[in-house]
Amino acid sequence: MRRKVSMTINGTQYEHEVEPRLLLVYHIRENAGLTGTHIGCDTSNCGACTVEIDGHSVKSCTVFAVQAEGAQITTIEGLAKGNELHPIQQAFWDEHGLQCGYCTPGMIMAAKQLLERNPNPSEREIRLGIEGNLCRCTGYHNIVKAIQTASKVMATGAGKEAKAPATVS
Amino acid sequence: MSVRIGIRGGIGESVRRVDGEPKVKGDFEYASDLSREGMLWGATLRSPHPHARIRSIDIQAAVSSPGVLAVLLAGDVPGKKTHGLDEADQPVLAWDVVRYAGEPVALVAAEDLELAREALKKIVVDYEVLPAVTDMEAALSPDAPRLHGKANNIIRSLRILHGNPDAKADVWVEGIYETGMQDQAPLGPEAGLAVPAADGGVDLYVATQWLHVDQDQIAPCLDLPREKVRLHLGGVGGAFGAREDLSMHIHACLLALRTKRPVKIVYGRQESFYGHVHRHPMRIWMRHGANRDGKLVNVQAYLLSDGGAYTSTSGPVIGNATSFAAGPYEVPNARLEGTAVFTNNLPCGAMRGFGAVQATFAYEAQMDELARALEMDPLELRSRNALHTGTVMPTGQLVSGAAPVRELIDRVAVLPVPPDEPAPDRDPMLLPGGAGHVGHGESLKRGIGFAVGYKNIGYSEGFDDSSQAWVRLSRDRDGPLARVKTAAVDVGQGLDTIVTQIVRTELGVERVALEQPDTRIGSAGSSSASRQTMMTGGAVQLACRAVREELDRQGGLERLNRPIEASRTYHHRVTGKLDENGQGDPHVTFAFAAARAVVEVDTELGLVRVVQLAVAQDVGRALNPQSVYGQIEGGSAQGLGLALMEEIELTDGKVRNASFTDYLIPTILDMPPVVSELIEEPEPGVPFGAKGVGEFSTVVVPAAVAAALRQATGRAIHRIPVKPDDLAGLRPALAYRKPPGS
Repeated sequence: MRRKVSMTINGTQYEHEVEPRLLLVYHIRENAGLTGTHIGCDTSNCGACTVEIDGHSVKSCTVFAVQAEGAQITTIEGLAKGNELHPIQQAFWDEHGLQCGYCTPGMIMAAKQLLERNPNPSEREIRLGIEGNLCRCTGYHNIVKAIQTASKVMATGAGKEAKAPATVS
Repeated sequence: MSVRIGIRGGIGESVRRVDGEPKVKGDFEYASDLSREGMLWGATLRSPHPHARIRSIDIQAAVSSPGVLAVLLAGDVPGKKTHGLDEADQPVLAWDVVRYAGEPVALVAAEDLELAREALKKIVVDYEVLPAVTDMEAALSPDAPRLHGKANNIIRSLRILHGNPDAKADVWVEGIYETGMQDQAPLGPEAGLAVPAADGGVDLYVATQWLHVDQDQIAPCLDLPREKVRLHLGGVGGAFGAREDLSMHIHACLLALRTKRPVKIVYGRQESFYGHVHRHPMRIWMRHGANRDGKLVNVQAYLLSDGGAYTSTSGPVIGNATSFAAGPYEVPNARLEGTAVFTNNLPCGAMRGFGAVQATFAYEAQMDELARALEMDPLELRSRNALHTGTVMPTGQLVSGAAPVRELIDRVAVLPVPPDEPAPDRDPMLLPGGAGHVGHGESLKRGIGFAVGYKNIGYSEGFDDSSQAWVRLSRDRDGPLARVKTAAVDVGQGLDTIVTQIVRTELGVERVALEQPDTRIGSAGSSSASRQTMMTGGAVQLACRAVREELDRQGGLERLNRPIEASRTYHHRVTGKLDENGQGDPHVTFAFAAARAVVEVDTELGLVRVVQLAVAQDVGRALNPQSVYGQIEGGSAQGLGLALMEEIELTDGKVRNASFTDYLIPTILDMPPVVSELIEEPEPGVPFGAKGVGEFSTVVVPAAVAAALRQATGRAIHRIPVKPDDLAGLRPALAYRKPPGS
C-alpha cells in the first residue's frame, strides 16, 4: 500500500511512492540520495539523523516520510552556499569539533536550531541545547568551542566575509 | 634547505583536518553511504543461544521468499571455513556448534534490506541447546564445557617472575578488582559493499582498521588468490578497536560472488553489539608489599580475562595487561600471572587501551590503598616509586626512552580545580543525576582522585610490523604537488592530516594530495596500538627523504620538471617474545599519562557528576597539538564511560542491553570540560620524536574517576562501571580471596 509523498529538500522538490512505515531518514538517504544525514542507532538516541523540518530541528528517524508531506526540509547538504560554508560548519572545522565526523551533520543541524533560538548561549546552554546528540570521538569539548565560535561569528555577521583561517588545511 | 623553512601547515602546527570540509558538508562518503547500480542488501541470521549444536537448518521458505537472490549456509563457503586475527577458529558461518549468542549462522541477499530481513525470519534452525559456561572462573573448572574440544578453556597463560617473587615487605595491601565488558560503540556501524569483478574476484569497499589483514583472512575463505580479493577503504565512522576483526567482510563477498551483483551489508546498532569484539571483562587479584618508607618491594598479581567464544586478540591483550600489572613504578620483585579463557560470552578483543585499562584500574586502586595503610599522600607515594628512564621493568626490559612519570604527576596535580559550588544555590540540573534528582544536594560529597598509567606504542612480543608509503612529487600549472599513497586508515583520529603535515615539512611543498587507501600498495598495519604516526608517519618520512635526495640532485624545487617518486617501508626496532618466566624485550616503547578527576557524589542516591577531568600526557612531540588535545578529550570520555556507565550486560551469555537506549555512552551533559597538559620530551629512535597519543587518557581516566569516588564516599570501589548501589553502600565490596589455582 504505497503512498505518494512530496516534499522540498534543500530547495528541490522530491516526489516518491513510499511505504507508509518508511522512516523519513531512509527516505532522505535512499530515495533523495542525500547520505549526509546519518543513521547511528535506530532508537532515536544518537541524533546523527537530525534535519530541519519547517524550521524545527528533528531527528528524522522519529518521523515517517508520509508525515513530512508538503514539508520544507533542510539537511546538512543544504547549509553551505556553494563554496561558502555556513558559520557553524566553518567553526566545527576550525575548532576541531569533529574527528570521525559521523555525528557531525546532526550536531551541526542541532546547533543551528540552538543558535537561532538563543544566539548567545552560555556553555551550559550549549550543553543543554545539544544533549540529544551523541559523539563518540571528541568528548564534546571542541563541539562546545565550535558552537561558541559560531555564535560569535554569526552575531557580528563575520561569517559573510571570507574568514582567513588560522592555518592552512 | 631554505624552502623547508616557513612552509605553512607542516608538523607542529594545529593544522585543520584535511577531511574537515567534506565532513562538515555531509559530502564525506562513509561505507554505509556506498551504493551501486543493481545493488542487493545482505542480512545475517544469528544464533539466539550461547552454546548449541545445530541439528538442521531448513532454508526452503527463505529461498522462495519475495526478492531473495541467495540464502547461504556454511556449506556454501568455498574455501577455509574459519577466520581469526591470531587463530583462525571463528566460523564464517556456524555449521556444527554455535558458541555465543549472536554467532552468524546464515546469510540472505535480497532486493532490499526489509526483504532480506523477512527472509531471515523464514529460516528454521533446529538447535540442541548445550550447557554454557559464562563465567571466567567457572571456565577454568575441570568440569566446565570445553568450547573448542581442547584439554581446557585457556587461550593463553603467562607469568612474569622478577627479582625474588617471595620477597617480604613491612606492609601489605590486597584486593580483587573487576571491570565490565565495554563496547567501542563507534557512531558509524559496520558497513561494506562487495562488488563482483570480471576476473572472478571481488572488490570490497569496507570500513576497517587494517585492509591487508582483512584481505589475508578473506581470500582463503573465498578460495581465491589474494590478488583477486581487492580491498578499498570505505569512509570510517570511528573504530576504537571494533574494526580490527572481520564483521561483514566475508559475508558480503560470498553473497556478491554467488549472485554476481554488488551486495551491501550495514549493521543496525543492535546487530553491531553482536557484530564485533569488545573490551575484555577482567577479574584481577593484587597484593602490594612496601617498606615503611613507602618504597614498593613486591607486587603479586593474577589477572583473569574473559575472551568469549573465539580467540581474536585475547592473547596479546592478556600479555599487555600482565606486563603492565605492576604499573609505571620501580618494582624490585614481582610475580605477575595472566590467563585468558574461552567462555560462551561475546568474543572479546581490541579496544582502545588494549589490556592496560583494566590493569591500571586495579594497580592504582592498590596504590591508593597502600597510601592509606602507610598514612602517606597518594601522590607522594607514586612519585617516590615512579618509573624513569633506566628502570628495569618486571619483564627485564630496560626503559630506554622518555618516561617523565614524576613530571606528569607534578603537572596534573597543579592544574586548577573548579570552585566548589554550594548545592542550595544551584540549578538542579547541575546536581548528580540532573533533572531526575529527587534530593537537593543535602548529601553531596566532593572527591578528587588521581591515577598514573602507561601503555605500549605499536605491536609487541616480536611482531614484525611495518608500513609502506609511496610519494610522487610533480609540477602542474598551480605549482609543485605531492601525491601520497599508503594503506593506512584514518578512522577519525586524524592520520591523513598528520601525513599531509609530514610531507609538507619534508618536501617543502604545500599542496599534498592523498590517494584512497587500498590493497594495491603494501600493508600499513592497523590503525591501532597508537602506532600509525610512528609507522606510517615514518614510512612517509622515508619516502619523502628519498624523493628529496633526488630533487636536490636535480637542483631543487625550482628545477623540478620530471616527476620524482619513491616508495619506502618503515620498520620499528625488533622486539622479542617473553620466555617462560616472562622475561624479554617485548615492547617497542611506551607513553605515560596522569589523570585527575573531580567528582560529586550524592551519597544517599549513589549518583555521580564528574565536575572536571584533567590529564597530563607524555607525547614525545605534538605534531598537531589541536589533534593531540582532541585525542585526549575523546579518550577521556570513553574512560569516563567505562568508570560510570558503559557495560554490556550479559545474563547466561545473552546480551540484555544491545541498544543506545540501554547501553549508555556519555552525553554532553555527562562529560565535563577536560583540562590537558602535554609533556614534550622527544622519544629517541622514533620519527620526529613523536609518541602515539590515542589511548593514554582512556588508560588512566577510569582509575582516576574510581579514586575520586573512593575519596568522596570513603567506600572501596572494586568494580567498574560503578553502580549507584556501590556508592550508596547497598552492595558489599568484593572481599579478598585467593586467586584460582593458588
